[in-house]
Amino acid sequence: MRVRSSFFASFCLVLEVLSVALFLRGFFPVPVKSSYSSKSKLSPNLSKVPDPLFKRVVIVLIDALREDFVFGPNGRKYMPYTRHLVERGSTHSFVAKARPPTVTMPRIKALTTGSIPGFIDVVMNLNSPALLEDNLIWQAKTAGKRMVFYGDDTWVKLFPKHFMEYDGTTSFFVSDYTEVDNNVTRHLDSTLKRDDWDLLILHYLGLDHIGHISGPHSSLIQPKLMEMDDILKKIHGSLILKELSRRTGALPYLLVLCGDHGMSETGSHGGSSAHEVNTPLVLISPAFKRKGKHFQQVDLTPTLALGLGLPISQNSVGRLIQPVVEEASLRDQLRFLHLNGHQLSCLLKDSMPAYEKEEGYEQFRVAEKSHGNWLKLVVEGNTSEVLNNMGKKVLKQYLEALRVMSAALSKQMGKYDMYSMVVGVVLVFQLLLLLLLAMPEALSGASEVDLPVSSALLSLPFYLLCLLLFSVHMLVCTSAESACYFCSLPWGLVFGAVALSSALLCILVSMAARKGTKPPGKSPSRASGGGWSLSELDILLLAGTAGHTLSLAASSFVEEEHQVWYFLLNTLCLVVFQDVCRKYFRERSANIGVIGCSEDEDCLPPSKEGYAVASPLTDFGVTGADSERWLALATPLLTLACCRLLRSLNQTGVQWVHLPDLGHWLNSSEHKTVLSLLAAMSLALIYFLVQRRCSWVSKIALALGLLGVYSYRAAVGNVMLPWQHSGGNMSKGTMKARFVYVFILGIFFTGSKDLLRSQVITADARLKSRGLWEIYSGVVLLVALLFRAHNLPVLCCCLLVQSLMAQFIWKKLHYDAAQTTIMHYWFGQAFFYFQGNSNSIATVDISVGFVGLESYVEAPAVFLTALSTYAGPLLWASHLICYLSSENRSSVAVGHGCYCLALLRSVPAAAYVVLVTALRYHLFIWSVFSPKLLYESMHTLLTAAICLFFTTMEQSRSSSRP
Amino acid sequence: MWGEEIRHMASSHAIMASGVFMATVVPAVLVPGFSVYGTHLLWQYSVAGVVAVVNISLFWLLGVSPPTKKHTITYKVSRLVRSCLYLLLSCLFFHTVVVLYGAPLLESALETFSLAVLLTSLTTLRCVCVLGPNVQAWIRVFSRHGAMSVWDTSLQMVVGCSVVGAWLGAFPIPLDWDRPWQVWPVSCSLGGVIGYLTGLVVAPAWIHWHRKHLTYKSK
Repeated sequence: MRVRSSFFASFCLVLEVLSVALFLRGFFPVPVKSSYSSKSKLSPNLSKVPDPLFKRVVIVLIDALREDFVFGPNGRKYMPYTRHLVERGSTHSFVAKARPPTVTMPRIKALTTGSIPGFIDVVMNLNSPALLEDNLIWQAKTAGKRMVFYGDDTWVKLFPKHFMEYDGTTSFFVSDYTEVDNNVTRHLDSTLKRDDWDLLILHYLGLDHIGHISGPHSSLIQPKLMEMDDILKKIHGSLILKELSRRTGALPYLLVLCGDHGMSETGSHGGSSAHEVNTPLVLISPAFKRKGKHFQQVDLTPTLALGLGLPISQNSVGRLIQPVVEEASLRDQLRFLHLNGHQLSCLLKDSMPAYEKEEGYEQFRVAEKSHGNWLKLVVEGNTSEVLNNMGKKVLKQYLEALRVMSAALSKQMGKYDMYSMVVGVVLVFQLLLLLLLAMPEALSGASEVDLPVSSALLSLPFYLLCLLLFSVHMLVCTSAESACYFCSLPWGLVFGAVALSSALLCILVSMAARKGTKPPGKSPSRASGGGWSLSELDILLLAGTAGHTLSLAASSFVEEEHQVWYFLLNTLCLVVFQDVCRKYFRERSANIGVIGCSEDEDCLPPSKEGYAVASPLTDFGVTGADSERWLALATPLLTLACCRLLRSLNQTGVQWVHLPDLGHWLNSSEHKTVLSLLAAMSLALIYFLVQRRCSWVSKIALALGLLGVYSYRAAVGNVMLPWQHSGGNMSKGTMKARFVYVFILGIFFTGSKDLLRSQVITADARLKSRGLWEIYSGVVLLVALLFRAHNLPVLCCCLLVQSLMAQFIWKKLHYDAAQTTIMHYWFGQAFFYFQGNSNSIATVDISVGFVGLESYVEAPAVFLTALSTYAGPLLWASHLICYLSSENRSSVAVGHGCYCLALLRSVPAAAYVVLVTALRYHLFIWSVFSPKLLYESMHTLLTAAICLFFTTMEQSRSSSRP
Repeated sequence: MWGEEIRHMASSHAIMASGVFMATVVPAVLVPGFSVYGTHLLWQYSVAGVVAVVNISLFWLLGVSPPTKKHTITYKVSRLVRSCLYLLLSCLFFHTVVVLYGAPLLESALETFSLAVLLTSLTTLRCVCVLGPNVQAWIRVFSRHGAMSVWDTSLQMVVGCSVVGAWLGAFPIPLDWDRPWQVWPVSCSLGGVIGYLTGLVVAPAWIHWHRKHLTYKSK
């Protein structure tokens, strides 16, 4: 079966996206969720919760409070009062282990729900502001507790309308570390005097900001911690005063000091090093004797819930911190433990198919039974010493059962579904091999791939393989212990996957065999090697692609991937510059006659069949050749200068992200005029660069649209208009954004109309290239609307480089489709990072999802966010198709480009999938490698969509060709 | 065919390599507190200086550089001035390229410039010595099939190896190993020098190996 290479490439890429999706499903553990309807009471027979132990709880959460700030050798210097309390007072102090990702919002969720937010959960909930899961705050609210909150406004977003009184401070300006905390403390005196609250939560951000600015050994740390210590002293003092005045018999208070996460030696957080994970947890209450131990951070949730007399949140995997309740009567203690155990066993039932075999569950059953017996004896009025010992034994059984169940649940969260992952990897690799084996044919002049599909499907090995794989599937699924996604798929889908895999294997084998039997040297193609010498540019392009793929194995190179791309891009520009120099200076010396003309032919890339090749010498005969030569020489240099400027616009990555960059400088309020001028100039230049090849209708729409973009930015308050002086009224600019959307749709409409006309009515290549260009300009306008004001120069430089390179380099130096595609891909990658992206989830700009929308609507918000994040690769890919299908290009160029794009995306994606599987127990798997995996899969999805567009474009060409 | 020239080249390259070696060892003995990482600038300058002195004296002694047409003093002086000018320009060129590659523009400009000086002494200086201050000849040698003698080929290889070495030297910088040699510009200059040494070793060996296939066009 002969298929066109573009169709073949997009087919492979689409299948690859599906396999990667299967892999992702296996890789990211599904968060354990209780199946009970959300936020219902814990269970009917235990509906009555025991009485609370504490009347009033104050939680002082200090962001990035590291364990050694309190308990370490410096603790006495940093927080004298707290240390004094820990050593003398009636406190319990623990080291609470936070789970990675050690970022504030997931930590707050963990502290309140008691569950461990899975990584995928963090990503999915990036947009949804309110926490819908069962949590402590919600339970407290329904129980009628009055809560007061001051601090980081993440809480206010997570729990809207839960607090009786609140004041949120944003952690937006990291450089401010005094004001954020003063905003919290200023309410403290009045609140502490009052008596109308039950739960007071304070979240201090200053320490975290200091960590980000200057690290954990900075001189700013000590004064900040002293300040925190004073605050704790003040709260404790006022609580003691209240305690003295309370009536006897009333319940005591509880003061909790904790950190949400620690900070690493460089002052950042998010990873899983010991310094980031270990946080102090100090519980202060007159009801305590003292003790100290290691606990999980999530253990605070059931403890607080039971202490306040609330039901435990359903998805909590924490266990009761027993020392906290040890002053209660044995009967109450057992009751608390039973409640906790019951909740954990319910969760266990929902998350594991074979929960009855689980050790902890059995232990819990045993403990429950002996608890029942014990209770019976107690009710009968038996009060002997034996009974007390028996109760102690039950307590121990409970504690052990809780420990085992909690550990099993936590382990469940980190378990990989290896079978699905392996199936995904195998499919991805088969597709990659298929793409690689088809390379000589796909890049040949005919641009068609001969796939032996029918012979493979009718062969005996295919059916045998199907049977074999299917039986393996049955075997794996019946013997699997934990839940497996691939096994839970319907039979039809599984059979499809099995048939696909075996068919691919058969096709691969027969293609390889065909290649082996074919006499060598028969297929003349580039990159097949035989007798064809690689130029420096080819060496760079191949080595760069391979080197980048290899570099993904190192976590630092994943974090600093932008450096790799900038570096490669610079080298590319220099090599292109050398090519240009060689071409133009060689011409001159050729004219002089020092070197024979025969060598000139070597200089040009050899595969130029089908091009309208103009002899290089004729370019020089025409007038104006001199200025053109200088422009051609200047283009790579200008590109280099642009790249250097853009590089300092947005600092990304991890190691050098703290360095000051132009973006921050522009965004500060005193440079608003500069930013406005820059944005206006960029928009003007964008118009100038894009309008050249549009029809007049789109020209007008584009101009109005770009004006709309500026007025939208002015309305949002990023830039200013000369006649608008009061910057007070900041609106959302919804109307203006919608105004721009109308023009974008208009441009898309005219573009697709041109495309359809060129396809259906007249086979006019010029009309088609105009239609493509109009679609491209629509994309540009959309990106201009979505980009932040300081990023508009990125767009502008992108267009500038594109038009210059197209005019003076790619056309003039006769680079073939494959080389051009690889260059486009590299530029696209570099621009992805120029616009401020990185390989961590944190740099995704979610605010883009609200452009032109009144409120959060999921589908458009996700679409817009993805579009603006991948604007760089998208713009370069759409420029590629415009360039390749412009009139005087060879007819197979689009097919070649599509194939190369698919191959360029498959190689790193396949390599990365294997890498992640191999490194799944790496320390940085959740902080570094997983976000990159998501980025890679998203990019593959985008490339698949682009390749499909390529295919339709090529199809229309071949069908319209007479 | 060129047995004598290859022997000359091998011995002169050995002298250059030992020069680089001495430039590292001798200051370590003489100067207290000298180390390649710690006092990196000093090391760079000592290597650059020794390479310059050894190159100039060796090529002058060997008489590789093209014969001058005129023997007037003014002509020689103008050649000398032009050579110096080219070296300075090459320093600036390397500095610009390194900044374009992402070196900080203002801070550690001295380090960047000394790297440029080192690279100039490793590459451009040899060009000046072998080819003279003649841009046309440089362009000829560095375009494909432009070599016209064994020395041209060795020049190509040594310069290529040095530049590629410095290029590869930049790769370890983003790694988070916190080693002293990852500090800018230690790894790049080390890479450059290692590349240079590799080039010195490889060039005569390669020419000796391929002496049957090498043909040079006469002028």
